[in-house]
Amino acid sequence: MIECSSALHSILYPNRAFTKPPIAKFSLSVRSQPLAGFPGWSLTTGMAFLGALFGCFIAVPIMLFAALGISRRNRVVTRHIERFIRWFLIACSCLAILTTIGIVMSVLFESIRFFRIIPIPDFLFGLEWSPQTAIREDQVGSSGAFGAVPLFAGTFLITVIAMVVAVPLGLMSAIYLSEYAGRRIRTIGKPLLEILAGIPTVVYGFFAALTVAPFIRNNLGFLGMDVSSESALAAGLVMGIMILPFVSSLSDDVINAVPQSIRDGSYGLGATHSETIRRIVLPAALPGIVGSILLAVSRAIGETMIVVMAAGLAANLTANPFESVTTVTVQIVTLLIGDQEFDSPKTLAAFALGLVLFIMTLVLNVIALRVVRKYKEQYE
Amino acid sequence: MQGLIKSKTQTNYFTMLENDNNMPPTLDDSLNSPDFRTLGEVTVPRPIMKTKNVNVFYGEKQAIYNASLDIGKNEVLAMIGPSGCGKSTFLRCLNRMNDTIDICRIEGEITLEGEDIYGRNMDVVLLRARVGMVFQKPNPFPKSIYDNVAYGINLHGLTNSKSETDDVVEDALKRAGLWAEVSDRLNQPGTGLSGGQQQRLCIARAIAISPEVILMDEPCSALDPIATAKIEELIDELSQMYSICIVTHSMQQAARVSQRTAYFHLGKLIEVGSTDLIFTNPGHRLTEGYITGRFG
Repeated sequence: MIECSSALHSILYPNRAFTKPPIAKFSLSVRSQPLAGFPGWSLTTGMAFLGALFGCFIAVPIMLFAALGISRRNRVVTRHIERFIRWFLIACSCLAILTTIGIVMSVLFESIRFFRIIPIPDFLFGLEWSPQTAIREDQVGSSGAFGAVPLFAGTFLITVIAMVVAVPLGLMSAIYLSEYAGRRIRTIGKPLLEILAGIPTVVYGFFAALTVAPFIRNNLGFLGMDVSSESALAAGLVMGIMILPFVSSLSDDVINAVPQSIRDGSYGLGATHSETIRRIVLPAALPGIVGSILLAVSRAIGETMIVVMAAGLAANLTANPFESVTTVTVQIVTLLIGDQEFDSPKTLAAFALGLVLFIMTLVLNVIALRVVRKYKEQYE
Repeated sequence: MQGLIKSKTQTNYFTMLENDNNMPPTLDDSLNSPDFRTLGEVTVPRPIMKTKNVNVFYGEKQAIYNASLDIGKNEVLAMIGPSGCGKSTFLRCLNRMNDTIDICRIEGEITLEGEDIYGRNMDVVLLRARVGMVFQKPNPFPKSIYDNVAYGINLHGLTNSKSETDDVVEDALKRAGLWAEVSDRLNQPGTGLSGGQQQRLCIARAIAISPEVILMDEPCSALDPIATAKIEELIDELSQMYSICIVTHSMQQAARVSQRTAYFHLGKLIEVGSTDLIFTNPGHRLTEGYITGRFG
C-alpha cells in the first residue's frame, strides 16, 4: 500500500521527488494514522467484505447440498435446512447493504471533519482550487484553497463534450440497429458496439492521452489554435466513445420495447418508415431514451482513468475545450496519493469531493430509473 | 351416387379427428387437386377491390392458395375460418401491410378501382390512405386523443389550417360514435380510454383520412359484449360510406354485420356467398363443419 502510493507519487510528480520527506518518516506517519482516520468504519467495511467473500465460498456447497436433496427423506432436517438457507440469504443481503452503508458513512464522517476546517460555502462556491498545503512548519507554501467550482466546472465541461459525442451517435446507431438493420447485422453489430463498454477505462485513458490528445494538438495547432497537450476535448471525445454503448444499447432496448402494434397503426394510416420513427416510435421511447442518457451522464461524471490520463491536473476555471481542465475524480486521486497526514484538509477534501460526487450520481440515477420505470408502465 | 361419395369422405374426416385431436382437419383430395374452385360467386357487380389468383408465401411456406375474391362497394364482407387459415394474411395483402414482413411474398393480382396495388406506379403510402385498417388489439398512439385522430390528417396534409383539422377530427370522432364521450378531454392520452373506446378511437383515426375501404382485423376480439355491440352498430353505419372487409372469429358477428361472407380453410378460399346463404345453407361440408361448430 505504501510502496504503491509512493510509486504513484513519483510517477505523478517526478520533478518534485526531492521535496519528499524521507520514506521512513513518511511510512511511519501513515502507519500511525489509519485507525484514527477511519474510526471503526473501516473495520466494519473490511469485515463486511471478508464476510461477503467467505459467504460466496460456503454458499456454493450449501446450495449444492440443498439441490441434491440428500436430506429430503427426513422432514425435520429438511425444515432446518430450509430455515438455515433463509437466514443465510438474509445475512448475505444484509452484508451487501451494510457495506453500502459503511462506505457512505465513512465518506460522510470524513467529509464532516473536512467541513469543520473548511466551511461548506467556501468549498461549494470557492473559485480557486489549490490543495497544496505546507508539509512542514518551516516550508514555504500556501495554506491551500479548497474552492471546488473549477473541479465541477471541469467535470461538467468534459461531460458535456462526452454527451455531445455519445448522444447523437448512440441514438442514431440505436435507431439504425433497431429499425433498419437486418437480423444478421443486428446480431453482429449490437455485441460489437457493446464491446466498447467492456474495454477497460485505463485503455481508453492511454488511447486518449497518447493518440487523441496529440492528434488534436497537432491538427488544430496548424489552424492557429492554441491547444494544450492535455485538453478537455481529448478526454471528452474519448469518454464520449466510452459511454456510447450505454446510450445506444439502452436506447435500442427501449425502441424495441415500443409495441409493433402501434407501428402497424402508423403504417396503416399511410406513414412511411421514417415518419413512423420520428412521429410515433421516438416520442413513445423518449422517456426511456432520456433515462439511458442520464445513466450515461452519471457514468461520465464518475469516470476517472480517462480524465486522469488525458484531462490534466491544473484546476482551470474555463469553458475552452482546448485548455486542460481537471475533474473531481482526478483531484480525488491526486489528493489521496499525496504524502500528507491523513487528517490534513488536503486529504479530507477528497472525501468531501467524493460525497458531493456520490450525491450527484445518486440523484441522476434515481431520476433516470424513475423515468425508465414510468415509461415501462405505459405499455403494461 | 353423389350422396354416397359425400358420406364416405365425411366418415374419413371424422375418423381422422378421432385419431389425432390436435391436428386440424386436413384437406381432402378434392381441395388438393389443381382444379379446385372456390364454391359460390367470387365476383360482384360493383367491385371496389378485386383479387385474382392470390398466392402468399412466408418463406417456403405457402399461406394462401389461389384466392380470388371481390369486395363490393359499400358492402360489408366478412371473412371467417379457423385460426391459421390465412384470412388475416389475405386482409393484410389488401393494403400491403405484409410489406413490413421481409419473408412475405405475394403473387397474383389485386386491384383497387382497377389499379394494380402491387404495380410499379402504386404509392404504398397513398394506398394505405385509401385502404384504412383497424387492428385486432386497440393500438392508439401514446399521444392525446386529438393527436391520435389528427395524425393521419397531418401526415397527408389533408387540411390547411388548425380549425379545419379541428373540424375533421370532430367529424371523425362523431362518426365513430366517440365524440360525446371524449369531447371534453381531447388533450388526454388516448391510451387512457377503455378498450372499446380505444378501438373506436382507432376507427376514428382510420376514417379521419377518408379511406375508400376499411379493413378490420378481428376488431372486437379484445372487447366485452357491450363494446362489441357498439362497434358492430358503427360498422353498420360506416358501410353507408365505406366498403368494409372484416375478419372475425365470431360467426354471430359475421352473421350480424356482413352482407357477404367468405370462408377460408388452410389457406384456401373454400366458399363465398351472401351471408344469409352461408349460414343457413352452406354449400361445402367444411363450411358447414365450421359454422356448426364441429371445429375451429
